Parts: sequence; C-alpha cells; structure tokens
Amino acid sequence: MTPPPGSLLAAENLRKTFGPTVALDGAHFSIHPGEVVAVMGPSGSGKSTLLHCLAGIVPPDSGSITYDGRELSGLSDTARSALRRSDFGFVFQFGQLVPELTCVENVALPLRLNGSPRKEAERAALTWMERLEVDDLKGKRPGEVSGGQGQRVAVARALVTGPRVVFADEPTGALDSLNGERVMELLTDAARSTNAAVVLVTHEARVAAYSDREIVVRDGRSRDMERAI
Amino acid sequence: MNLRQWSRDLGMGVRFAVTGGREGWVRMVLTAVGVGLGVALLLLTTAVPNVLAARHQREQARTDLTYSEKVPPKGGNTVLVGMADTRWHDKDVRGRFLEPEGARAPLPPGVDRFPAPGEMVVSPALKKLLTSDEGRLLRERLADRITGTIGEPGLIGSHELAFYAGADHLAVREDNSHVVRLTAFGDRHPTPERADPVLIMMTLVVFVALLTPVAVFIAAAVRFGGERRDRRLAALRLVGSDRRMTRRIAAGEALAGALLGLAVGTVFFLVGRQAAGSVEVLGVSIFPSYLNPSLALAVLVAVAVPAAAVGVTLFAMRGVAVEPLGVVRTAKQARRRLWWRLLLPLAGLALLYPMIGKGRSHGDFNEYLVIGGVLLLLVGVSALLPWAVEAVVARLGAGPVSWQLAVRRLQLSSGTAARMVNGIAVAVAGAIALQMLFAGVEGQYTRNTGQDPDRASVEINLSNGSALPAAAREFPRTKGVRAAVAISSGSVGDRRRDPGTTVGITVGDCAALRELAHLPSCRDGDVFVVPDPRDEPDDLAFARPGRHGFIDASYSDGVRGREIPWTVPAGVRQVTARKDALQSYVNGLLVTPSALPSGAASTMYHQVYARLDLSVPEADQYVRNTAARVDRLASVWHWTATTESRKYTSLRTGLFVGAVCVLVLIGASLLVSQLEQLRERRKLLSSLVAFGTRRRTLGLSVLWQTAVPVSLGLLLASTVGVALGSVLLKMTDTAVSVEWASVLSMAGAGAGVVLVVTLLSLPPLLRMMRPEGLRTE
Amino acid sequence: MSIGHTLLGLLESGPRHGYDLKRAFDEKFGHDRPLHYGQVYSTMSRLLKNGLVEVDGIEAGGGPERKRYAITDAGITDVERWLATPEKPEEYLQSTLYTKVVLALLTHRDAADILDTQRSEHLRSMRILTDRKRKGDLADQLICDHALFHLEADLRWLELTAARLDKLRAAVTR
Repeated sequence: MTPPPGSLLAAENLRKTFGPTVALDGAHFSIHPGEVVAVMGPSGSGKSTLLHCLAGIVPPDSGSITYDGRELSGLSDTARSALRRSDFGFVFQFGQLVPELTCVENVALPLRLNGSPRKEAERAALTWMERLEVDDLKGKRPGEVSGGQGQRVAVARALVTGPRVVFADEPTGALDSLNGERVMELLTDAARSTNAAVVLVTHEARVAAYSDREIVVRDGRSRDMERAI
Repeated sequence: MNLRQWSRDLGMGVRFAVTGGREGWVRMVLTAVGVGLGVALLLLTTAVPNVLAARHQREQARTDLTYSEKVPPKGGNTVLVGMADTRWHDKDVRGRFLEPEGARAPLPPGVDRFPAPGEMVVSPALKKLLTSDEGRLLRERLADRITGTIGEPGLIGSHELAFYAGADHLAVREDNSHVVRLTAFGDRHPTPERADPVLIMMTLVVFVALLTPVAVFIAAAVRFGGERRDRRLAALRLVGSDRRMTRRIAAGEALAGALLGLAVGTVFFLVGRQAAGSVEVLGVSIFPSYLNPSLALAVLVAVAVPAAAVGVTLFAMRGVAVEPLGVVRTAKQARRRLWWRLLLPLAGLALLYPMIGKGRSHGDFNEYLVIGGVLLLLVGVSALLPWAVEAVVARLGAGPVSWQLAVRRLQLSSGTAARMVNGIAVAVAGAIALQMLFAGVEGQYTRNTGQDPDRASVEINLSNGSALPAAAREFPRTKGVRAAVAISSGSVGDRRRDPGTTVGITVGDCAALRELAHLPSCRDGDVFVVPDPRDEPDDLAFARPGRHGFIDASYSDGVRGREIPWTVPAGVRQVTARKDALQSYVNGLLVTPSALPSGAASTMYHQVYARLDLSVPEADQYVRNTAARVDRLASVWHWTATTESRKYTSLRTGLFVGAVCVLVLIGASLLVSQLEQLRERRKLLSSLVAFGTRRRTLGLSVLWQTAVPVSLGLLLASTVGVALGSVLLKMTDTAVSVEWASVLSMAGAGAGVVLVVTLLSLPPLLRMMRPEGLRTE
Repeated sequence: MSIGHTLLGLLESGPRHGYDLKRAFDEKFGHDRPLHYGQVYSTMSRLLKNGLVEVDGIEAGGGPERKRYAITDAGITDVERWLATPEKPEEYLQSTLYTKVVLALLTHRDAADILDTQRSEHLRSMRILTDRKRKGDLADQLICDHALFHLEADLRWLELTAARLDKLRAAVTR
C-alpha cells in the first residue's frame, strides 16, 4: 500500500505490542496539511499508541510511517526528537507544563530547545498567548492557573514553533464542556490559520465534532470512516 | 492533649506507614535505610573509644620495651628478645627474635610455643603476603620456615604484619638495644595515658564534626517522600482529622521508619563490624571484637533516634499547612529570616572565644564549651544554608534551557535543595576546620629530625661490629644502592675509670670520613680533629698527638667498659665538619681504621649510610634484604625530614576514614531523594521528551539542580570551616595559616559526591524519560 | 413546540402585525424552519376565537390590509400557565436504530458496521452544528448545543451498544 496522494503524514499497517498486550494490530492513518482528524475509540483501543507512533515517540514493531515523504521508522531517536522539536506540537490531557517555570517560559520552552534566544522566544510566546487569550497569565506558574487556562497555555506551547502537525491527546479530558469547547475552538482555529494538521485523540463526540473527519480505532485496528463510505 | 491521644495518633501513623501499599513500603524502606545507615555510623562511632582502648591494651600486653631498667640475670624464666622490625613498602612489619633461656621462659601473647631457630610464627596477614607472588622480596628477607600463626591476642589488628622467629646466640648489650632479656611480656607499669589537652580537644572536635552531619542526615531521611505523604495527610484532613492530629500521624509515619531504621542500622552495624575485620584503611586494621559499643551509648542511640524522628517531623510540619483540599504552599513563601540563623554561629564563636590563646600549657579545655561551640558553628552552617540558597537562587538569571529548568525549580523549592546538601556542607565545614587544626598543630607534634634525605636515604644500625666487614662489602653491591659508607663511633677517656674528659671517636675509611668533614687529604692511618665551640678547652687539649687515653672507659656507677689503652698518633690535623654531614653532630676525633688498636671496634656502634638510586624500583626493599642477611638484628631507618607523632597520625586517619564514610552516606541520601523527585515527575519528563527535549538537556538540568546548591553549600562550608579552624588554632596557640590545598580537596570531595550522584541518577532518568510514562491508565 | 404559545409570548411585549410576528419568530426560534405566513394566520385566527388575542387595529397599506394583534389578559394567563407546566421528558424506548441493530444480529449481518456508519452520520451532523455554532451568536450556540447534546447522547448509546454487541448477540439469537 502507498500513502494516499497529497498526505502529510501517513501510516500503513502499524503493529505494536507491549509485552502480551497488543496495542496496534494493523492500523492505517493519513492526514493532509491543514486537516483535523479525530482518532476515536473506546478506552484501551490503541488510540494513544497510534498517536505516539505517528509522532515518532514510540517506534512501531512493524509497518511504515511516512511524514512529508520521509520514512519515520528509519530515523534514529535523535533525528526523531529533532523532528518533534521542529515540525510537531503536542497537547496532552494534563501534567505537561513544567511547574517551576512561568506560563510564558513554558510556552517559550520549545523555541528555546531549538536554540532561540530567550528574549526572542518569549516575545513569540507572548504573541501566541494573546491569540489564545492567556497573555495575562504570563508571569503566573501553572499551579496558579485554572485547568482551562493551563490547557490554553499548553496549546500555545504546541503552536509556538509553527508546527506542521499538532498532536492532541484528550486535550479537553480534564476540563468541563464549556472550557473544553473553548480550547478546541482556539486550537482548531489556530491550526487552520497556520495550515497545521491536527491529530486529535478523543473519546468525546462533541470534541471530535471539531474535526474534519474521524478514524475509529477498535482492538488495535483502524477504520477510516471517510474512505469506508 | 493527653498521652492516649498521642499514642493513638502515632500508632495510626505507624499503621499508615506499614499498610500504605507498595508506595508506602518503598517510602518506609527508604527512610529505614537512611536512618539505618545513620544508626550504623552512630553505633560505630560509639564503639570507637572501645577500639582505641582494646588496641592500647593489646599493645601494652605484648610490649617488650624495658627502657632504662637493669638487665635481669639469665635464669630459667627469662627470654631474649631481638628487635627485627622492618618495613614492607609503606607498612610496618613488627618482628622479634625469641630465644628462651629456660623451661619457664615467658611466651608473648598469641604464641603458644617458641619457634625453633630457623622457624617462625607469623600473623595471618603476613603469611598471606609471604606466600603471595607480591611478597617475594620480603620472603627473601624473612626466609625462616613458617610453623604457625600468631593468635588474635598477639595482634592489634586483623591486617597487622608481625612475626616471631626462633633464634640462638642472641647477645644482650649493656644498653639494652637490639636485644633485651625479659621475665615477662607486657608493660610492668601500665599507666593510663595522661592525654594532652590539645589532643583531647581535637578528638572532641573530630567526633562533633563527624556526628553532626549524621544527625542532619537522619533529619533529612525521615522526610523522604514528604510530598506524597502530604497528599495523604490532606485526604485525612478531608475526613475530619485536625491539624495537630495530622502532624502526629505524620510523626508516627516517621517513627515507623525510624524504628525499622534502628533494626536495619543494627544489621548494618553487625555486617559492618564483620567487614571491618577484613579491611584495612590507611594502615589501620582492627578485629571485629573491638567494635563493641558501650551499652549506655547504644541505649542512648536507640532512644534518641526515634525521638529525634518524631521531633524533626513535628518541627518540619509547622511550616506546612495541610488543608483538606491539599497542601497549601503559596507561590511566594515568607522570606527566610537571617538574624536567628546568624545568631547560631556567632553564639558558637562566643563560646569558643574565651579559650583563645590557651594552648597546651594552661590546663584542660572546657569540654562542654568546646563541644557546644563547635556544634553551634556547624549547626549554623545548616541553618544559614537554606537562607543562602534562597537568596542566591532568587538572583540567578538567564542561561540555557537546562539552566533555566534547574534554577526555576530551585527558586520554587530552595528548602528541599538546601536540605539535601546540608549534610555535605556540615561535614565539609567540620573537615576543613580539622584539616587546618591538624596542619597547624603538625609543627608541634612533628619533630624536625635534622636528617637530610638528599645526603643519605637509608641508615642501617648494625647490632655488633662483627657484621661490619660484611656490611661494608655487601651494601655497595646491593641493587639500587648508589653509594654506602660504614661509620663506627665510640669514645676515648683520659683515665681508665671515671674519666675527667672524654672525646668522641668516629671511625671510617677515607671515603666515609669525607662524608663528615672537609679533609685536605687522607690516607689510612690518618687522624683528624673537629673542634667544637661547645667543648671544654681541656677536651680539645686531650686530642693532641701523644696523649694517652682509654677507649671505652668504665664508670663506677654503671657499666664496665673494655678500657683499651690508646695513644693519639702524631699528625692530627684540624678540619671542619661538613654542614650537610651524614651525622647530625660531628665533633671530636675522626680516625681511619688502622690508627686504632685492634679490639676497639667491638666497643663501638656501627652504622651504614646508603644513598639509594630512587629510579630503581624496590631499592629500599633490596637494602633491607641485605641488612637482614648481614645482621638479622640490624635496624633500618629511612631518612625523612620530619617524623609525626603516632597519636597525631591516628587522629588524622580517623578523620579521613570518618569523612569518607559521612560523604558516602550523604551521597546515598542525595541519590535517594533525587530518584524520588524524578519518580514524581515521570509524567512531566515523558511529555518533555515527547516534544523533542534532548536527553542531554534534562540530564544537565538535573546536574545543575544539584550542583548549584552544592557549590553554595561548599562555599559556605569553606567559609565557616576556615573560621572555625582559625579559632581552634588560636585556641591551641598556634599561628593561623589556611591550608588551601586541603580546603580545595575537601570541597573537591564534596563536588565529587555530587558528580557521582548525578551519574548514578542518570540511568533511572533515562528510563523514566521513555514514552511509556505518557500512557495513562 | 407550541407555536400558539410562542406567538402569544411575543405579543406580550406589545401589539404587532402578523408579518412582524413571523419575522420575530423566525429571527429568534425559526433557524431551521421559518414559519409560513399561513401558519401565522391560522394560529392567530384560533387565538382570536379563543379570546386570547384581540385585533388592535387595521392598517391599510400598500399591499393587503394588515391586522394588528394585541394580547388579552386571558392570553397572558395562558402564557404563564404554559411556561409553568414542565415538559414531559421524551423517552425513546423504541428506536429505529435499536431495531436495525437487532435485525442485523438476527440475520448475522455486521452490526458493528451499522453502528460505525451511524456514528459517522451523527458526527457529520454534529460537525455542521459545531460549525454553525462557531459562526453564530449566543442564541445560535444555545440552540446548536441543545441539538449537539442530544446527538451526543445517541452516540454514547452507540458506543455502549458497540461495546456490548457480543452480549446482545447472545441475547437476541438465543
């Protein structure tokens, strides 16, 4: 199988086991630039593992992942880390902000990891925080802001490097629906405005409704509803 | 608040600690290991007085030095003991020749029968050395057949090198040198040593300096896992326990750890006690049986450690408000106050100040003032450090990401960081002060020997003149010897008995005499005189050609001499002594051998001076082998510029051993809390890795996180250490000089601990950074 | 939804013409289906007959003559009574989807397929609603949310059913 034409990130026939547990058992995936794809499925179906494989965090046991024409599984850990720094952004459910750093320092962190000078990084970070309406929190630490604010800071951090793919793993999982929807709106708006693709892992239909299409994962196998119909 | 309530809450805490599931157990085991290490060290320290006493007793029981006592007559109950001490590299070998003179001759401790000539009994350590390849050279020297081992009562340490060899034809000399005749081993007038006040003070300081960090360490150990515990306590508050109750429950948890720690510590101690018998540190080894802590001290440890655990927890919990919905720690904590922290070291100085300038000649130091003063100064370090870390860290600024991560973390919880390094800081401060004290007092305890190692490297004292020809022949031929000269010395008096004036005679060939004085020319048969301004005019007058005298004159109140008549020959020339003469005090007559009557040699002392070629490995061992071959009773001295008092050496050894133990202990606790901190941040670390953080960045941030507070701690420790050292030196009335090398080496040892801890915490860090940490349940 | 009560409620703020009423209704409630004027006319006639509104005046304009309606006291009482009466919660005890799933299982067709297809369809609706919500005002958002929550409830039922298909299969094919 070859990745669908024009796709930015595609995976074919991914398999991954953790000990006796089969997490992925022949999963497929593809996403175009600027597209928001929801990965849905019950708990333990392998959603997060699919995301980790796609992002190059976990190498799959077999199968291929192509990003921008490159085969990911052929890359070393260092090269994959560098790719994550430069081309990918991440939002997790919780526990991702460094508690000691202020919000603006947290947002600036990916830029600084890429070698940007501190001043410049924090200026760019502040721009993104304004877009996500959390610029008034810049001097606060993550422990001093609410859950919804914290997630918006996390979204700002995911977008600050201008990534081509944002991976969001249950980004609203710890939020109430109002805050969750606001985060989703801001995330998808911002991603669309920069033509970034979003891989959105969620089990909530109302969150998935922010996507362009969905993929259902069940027992480690994926089903692309668009292509199925 | 009554006793029942207390015991109920404490008991509940203990139960929480025991039934807290896997996490609770891990926490308690960590605490217990930490406390256990501390307890073991405490028990070891309480056993140190016993060790010293036991070694001293053993040493006294086998002593064969009779000093100036008269030689007892030969009898059925006497034994002749010849001194055959030698050295193997940097280790002393205690050696004795035994020749029983009757059936009831006394045996030395640890030996059950006399070895026959050609046989010897040796200590287990020496036996091992002699049978090993490494000991080949020593085996040449100690060639007798090994027929047994010396038992524990005859040795002062498990690794002591010692032997008793059988001998015959030992001859006692009037002055009791080389060979003595004994009716019993052991000091016949054992006197408890009247210790020097300065030595006592130094011992006290060593103890305080070693035990304070252990206490600091125990205090830190009972707080392992504090953050998780706080969360559990918050849950307790939610179901209705009040603040005091939670505090007591927390104390109960610490108590459980401390009690388990006592048990663990006892095991550690027993294991360490056995292990102590199999190691040798800096030339000191002991037997396990020496390490018996006195009962009172052991009971004190057993009571004080759990009590301290409860006290420390109650004290530490005062600063934390455990509310039902979690632990309240506001972002901006109240700034630490400086004044009372400064008060501690100042009070310490105030206690020590009255004793300045006392020295050793003005009676004992007040023990309580010394202990109190030193303790307050050292505790002052641990009180000042959190303030200093907070003040400095708040001002730290820009840097790379790893630096930023570390600095921000420190700013948020500088207290935790300071606690972690407190132990190291206190230990280093104490050690630096002691180093200074030792270095300063060294001058007083180290005698200047007047020897010049550049002139001759080895001096061999022969036991009698008969070995002289062989010695003169063998030493120059020995491997590693550049040159060797034989010199004999004696005296000539003006009368047969009770001479009015005597003049020293130094005998040697021309080459030998040139090592002593500037000779214009020299042939065998020549005689020279070296005038000494201190001599009476009569003495010099005696050294004139033609004067008659008697070599080895007799004295009516003592030893009877050989009274050999001698006439000072013609042509005595006056010469001057060399400034760098081989003998420290050259005067009187310098005589070439044929100018003396036959028989005179037997009345003299004979020495061989050898200069070694230091590029030849083991040169000194070859010399010792030659010496043993030509004269088994010869004693060999290496010339050094100074000699140290043995007591001083052992004290310094104790300090080094202790400092190493304390640093290792504290390093272990650093590692434990480091790992705990990492485990709590597993999720965060994984997400940082997800967005591409380099492993190096995280590793470096861990390094900075330890390195910053440790450098601050070491800086503070050096300052306080130097201050304390200066005060102690002034107390002993010694000029103050800072031993920068030792300050740097102690600080370096502390820094080394940090590096090792960081290195050891890297593998777990890397493991925790794996993406598995991202998986949610 | 009771159109009569809604129009009565709109009249409470003041008398209006029929066309005014239709415009106000469409603006506030008729996002999906605007009213036909005929619906307004027939409803107003019924209300007039029941004495809940009265004709306030007739204007002759450019087009057909326009009646102005005003609410009567009885009308106000009726609106009050309607607002105070709770709506009976709707229960969907028999749904088409359930029937489809059971039939699929009985005929050994792939029931999971039916569910997946249905989810996809639901999500398609939800996407449209979400999109409208993002572009619309507060009223839009509230209305869309109402629909979204209903659709979400369906989806949750779908997920639960999907997770219990094996049990269901065992039960229906016994």
